[in-house]
Amino acid sequence: MMDYPAILSLVIWLPFVVAIGFLITPVKHAYVRYIALVVTVIDAILASLLFFNIDKEMPLGAFQWVDRVTWIDSALLKSQYLVGLDGLSAPLVLLTTVLGVCAVIASWHINIRVKEYFIWLLVLQTAILGVFTSLDLLLFFLFWELELIPMYMLISGWGSGRKEYSSMKFLIFTILGSAFIIIGILMTFITSDPNTLDMTMLILNSGGNLIQLGFYGATFVYFCFFIGFAIKLPVWPIHTWLPDAHTDAPTAASVILAGVMLKMGGYGLLRINVTMFPLQTVAYSYFIIVLGVISVLYGAFMTLKQTDLKRLIAYSSVSHMGLVLVGIGSFTSAGLTGAGMQLFTHGTITGLLFLCVGLVYDKAHTRSIPDLGGLFIRMPLVAVAFTIAGLASLGLPALSGFVSEILVFTGAFSGFPILTILAVLGIILAAGYILWMLERVLFGEVKPKVEHVTDATLIEAFPLVLLVIMIIALGVFPGILIDVLDQAILPVVTKFGGV
Amino acid sequence: MSSLTIWLVFLAPLTSFVIISLIVRPFFSKHQWISPYLLIAGLSVSLVVSVMLFLDTLYTGGPGYNSAYQWIKINDAAIIDLGTYIDPVSSTILLVVVVVSLLVQIYSMGYMHGDIGYSRYFATMALFTSSMIGLVISSNIVQLYAFWELVGLSSYLLIGFWTERPAAAAAAKKAFIITRIGDVGFLIGILFLINHSFALPLSANVNVLHIPDICSLAGTMSAMIVTIITLGILSGAMGKSAQFPFHTWLPDAMEGPTPVSALVHSATMVAAGVFLLVRLFPFISASDTTMLIIAGVGAFTAVFAATMGLVVNDIKRVLAYSSISQLAYMFAAIGLGAFGPAIFHLITHAFFKALLFLCSGSVNHATHTFDMREMGGLRKYMPWTYGLMLVSSLSLIGLPPLSGFWSKDEIMLSAWEKMLHGSVFEITIFALLAIGVVLTAFYTWRMISLTFHGEYRGNDVGDGHGDHSIHESPRVMIAPMALLGVATVLAGFLTNPPVNVGPIHKHWLNDFISSSIVFHHGHHAAEFSVLVAILSTVLGLIGLGIAVYYYKLSQNGKKEPLESMKGFYGLIYNKYYLDDLYENIIVRNILQKRIVNIIAFVDKYVVDGLGLFLGFAVKNVGHVLGLFQNGNVQFYTFVISLGGVIGLIILLMYTPGLGG
Repeated sequence: MMDYPAILSLVIWLPFVVAIGFLITPVKHAYVRYIALVVTVIDAILASLLFFNIDKEMPLGAFQWVDRVTWIDSALLKSQYLVGLDGLSAPLVLLTTVLGVCAVIASWHINIRVKEYFIWLLVLQTAILGVFTSLDLLLFFLFWELELIPMYMLISGWGSGRKEYSSMKFLIFTILGSAFIIIGILMTFITSDPNTLDMTMLILNSGGNLIQLGFYGATFVYFCFFIGFAIKLPVWPIHTWLPDAHTDAPTAASVILAGVMLKMGGYGLLRINVTMFPLQTVAYSYFIIVLGVISVLYGAFMTLKQTDLKRLIAYSSVSHMGLVLVGIGSFTSAGLTGAGMQLFTHGTITGLLFLCVGLVYDKAHTRSIPDLGGLFIRMPLVAVAFTIAGLASLGLPALSGFVSEILVFTGAFSGFPILTILAVLGIILAAGYILWMLERVLFGEVKPKVEHVTDATLIEAFPLVLLVIMIIALGVFPGILIDVLDQAILPVVTKFGGV
Repeated sequence: MSSLTIWLVFLAPLTSFVIISLIVRPFFSKHQWISPYLLIAGLSVSLVVSVMLFLDTLYTGGPGYNSAYQWIKINDAAIIDLGTYIDPVSSTILLVVVVVSLLVQIYSMGYMHGDIGYSRYFATMALFTSSMIGLVISSNIVQLYAFWELVGLSSYLLIGFWTERPAAAAAAKKAFIITRIGDVGFLIGILFLINHSFALPLSANVNVLHIPDICSLAGTMSAMIVTIITLGILSGAMGKSAQFPFHTWLPDAMEGPTPVSALVHSATMVAAGVFLLVRLFPFISASDTTMLIIAGVGAFTAVFAATMGLVVNDIKRVLAYSSISQLAYMFAAIGLGAFGPAIFHLITHAFFKALLFLCSGSVNHATHTFDMREMGGLRKYMPWTYGLMLVSSLSLIGLPPLSGFWSKDEIMLSAWEKMLHGSVFEITIFALLAIGVVLTAFYTWRMISLTFHGEYRGNDVGDGHGDHSIHESPRVMIAPMALLGVATVLAGFLTNPPVNVGPIHKHWLNDFISSSIVFHHGHHAAEFSVLVAILSTVLGLIGLGIAVYYYKLSQNGKKEPLESMKGFYGLIYNKYYLDDLYENIIVRNILQKRIVNIIAFVDKYVVDGLGLFLGFAVKNVGHVLGLFQNGNVQFYTFVISLGGVIGLIILLMYTPGLGG
């Protein structure tokens, strides 16, 4: 099925190639957004074909649609262009391309430096897809770094508020994380015997003696990776770049930032920390879960103080990403699958929330909660989508957030009952801040600032509808996603005696 | 009966919901009148199916468990599947839910006529009814929990139905959050259950989330764990059924349209807590501690809520406190082991309380107010409403031969029997329940007096017609009320008579409910006691007599008799200051002012200051990098190209055969 050569590389590089095309051809500004839309739609269709054709019976360390080209083959460094897809990366590739379409539509009204804007947006998509599919650590790192440039440009160029400060803060925090990651990668290469950066080999030998460092040496490498990914996720106390970056980014960048870029951190933890260093994950599970629970509660409490819609959602992301850590730390099949699913569901839910806020901001020119009110009357369509996203975010059953939360909770409960109960308390706070936000923004009388706003147009409504369908579909039929994730996660858990 | 047929009872109103919300509302906004008919059609299908299920259960024991779809599998002993479990308990409650919902929808056609959100109203009602049906037929505890949350959602949407009213939005939020606090306990209970699955031997062949299996699970756990899980489930039930200390959301929920109060906030959803406890009764009753707490909470709330009902001036809030109090009777009955009487009272209460609410809606339809101080003398203008309100009120008071008498008498009888062999605790329970009867009679008659007797005190003369603008409600509203009136009169004696009545066996309903296989030894109804029946009737008459005395003598109720008891009056008039405690002290002062402010301070000056060095770096590096960010596309392109060229060179250098 779907066994075409280089199809995965096509998915990854298509946006980049088109971006280069924009750069070197005199395409008219008016056509740029249409071309970008077509490209992202094609990319999303291809990605969903890959997602639905993933082989759920693959053993540990096996990948599909692998493209392998030797790149650097010297005594000093051996690296390949190696990409492939498995149950863990396929959902995230799908998520990236779907949110890519949403981001293009959310940027429809951009009218300053249009061409440059869409070039960055498309490059960003390739960079993120590259992170999720790379099977070579150096390639992974290159994509990881490549993603910074377009995101920095999008925030600083088309953002609002203190956009220079926020984009630079984003850059510095992430580069700090990258420094740790590159140390981890080099240590892995140097100490492995034979020297390799091939992730498939590292996965197959996870917990074995391919990396000749002993337990504590490997622990050092483990935490190098952990810090780098934790900054991206983000984990308390290194989360402070996120609210600033979110708040000042343009809508599309916020969607991508919260929807997929945070997931790069979660993906890195699952792919590298959990899969390649399972012994360390088990050994330091207590530490990981404690950090997760702090993030859950801390993020939730912080939302109660916010008056800017985007900042509120940003802190709710901190809270929800804490659950990913709780699931990872549990090292159970339910917990890890829940963590993987949380990455995907949070991507769709928060993507939808940011799209709605973007629409409100475009029309009312404010995101300040006290200035908003009565949107149910003025923007019924957006209000309904906003409500569904909010309810999914607070974990209402039949919507996708519930499934990932309950998986994480059940996974973590047997080993860490008290900590899990603390995390469960987070869902009361989630109900509090989400409903408080909906009450202020959607209910009540129409405030002066929103007196003349109009509802979403047909094209603006399309991404809302798309994400709502995904949220409901995964809430009712979570098996679609769980079965795929289990392919990558169950073998790891079984290999190391988990449940 | 096939699995699909059973699911039809749930899918039919769900289909109505989908059609109304996705087709009628967006595309046929000029034809909103069609929405109620779509819902009524869906519910009619449900009615047919639920009658079939009921008869099937009655004569052949019913279809029992049918699994439809595996939702999430955690391990072999903990599988979340979507299935149906039709036994005497669920088939009976299902029938009540569908009948009351159908009647309320017909009534709503009149009551909501002309409302701008006509279709949205019926769409949400359809969502509610299908979720409630889903809750009743669930075979899996997590499935039940999911529908449990979905009825909470529909309740949220219906309380906040008039979105432009800030009070409605606040009440909706309050209802959702307070019930969710209870639900967290429920969820933790479920987590403990799932955790137990790891301890079970593989040969056990049970699913710890399957409701009939849970009922026989207690023996395999330590008593401590049973108590923890049952207390968790109890907290969910208390939240949903608005028992102390979670009761504060229900009076505020009256901000929603009145038919919603009738269906969601008195007859069905709030009774879900009672349903849940009965559903899992064999498991719940395995913990003596939990049973004591249920009985204690029930008896206390029965009196506690009734006292607040004594002085409220909003007719719907009187009824709301009354609902809390009556649900508390059911809790007390469950705590005493009498789950049969609890279900019996749930059914009769569903009918007469729904009718009471619909009557208050009818009064509101005429007077445009819920404040009883602006009513009075309505009996002249609204004879049908008056008659039906009278019947349902007397049923609430528990006077024979109305349905409320029989069911409440069963509860009182159970408490009486326990007291005869019991200690101080059982005596206290009975005493509280007895006091509750007096208080119930008092506030009920006060409501009747203020609303229908005396002279009209309102000033609804906006159109210059004076009293003549007050008129009886249209037939589409009166007809369903009349049907509920019939049920209010007959549903007690005919369904669960204390003696054989022709073909109806004595304690028929009780025996039917008890025959569910999950109850290994069913509840044997106590023999009818004339003494207890007379006692509870006399108690009711005492309360009624006091109310008649006060509200007849003090003309038109200008002064409340309780106002002379200053301290007590202030206490109950301010709802024991619990709203202040929750909202002002706990949420505002402790949570928002203290905890959140401290964390925000930490976030800003400590955690973010962690990057003090980073901040410094941002400032300086930013300055340098700022030079690169000059908005000049050509410059950017140059830098990118440069990077690309360097990359290419590196690539070529290391490509085998060229440089590497």
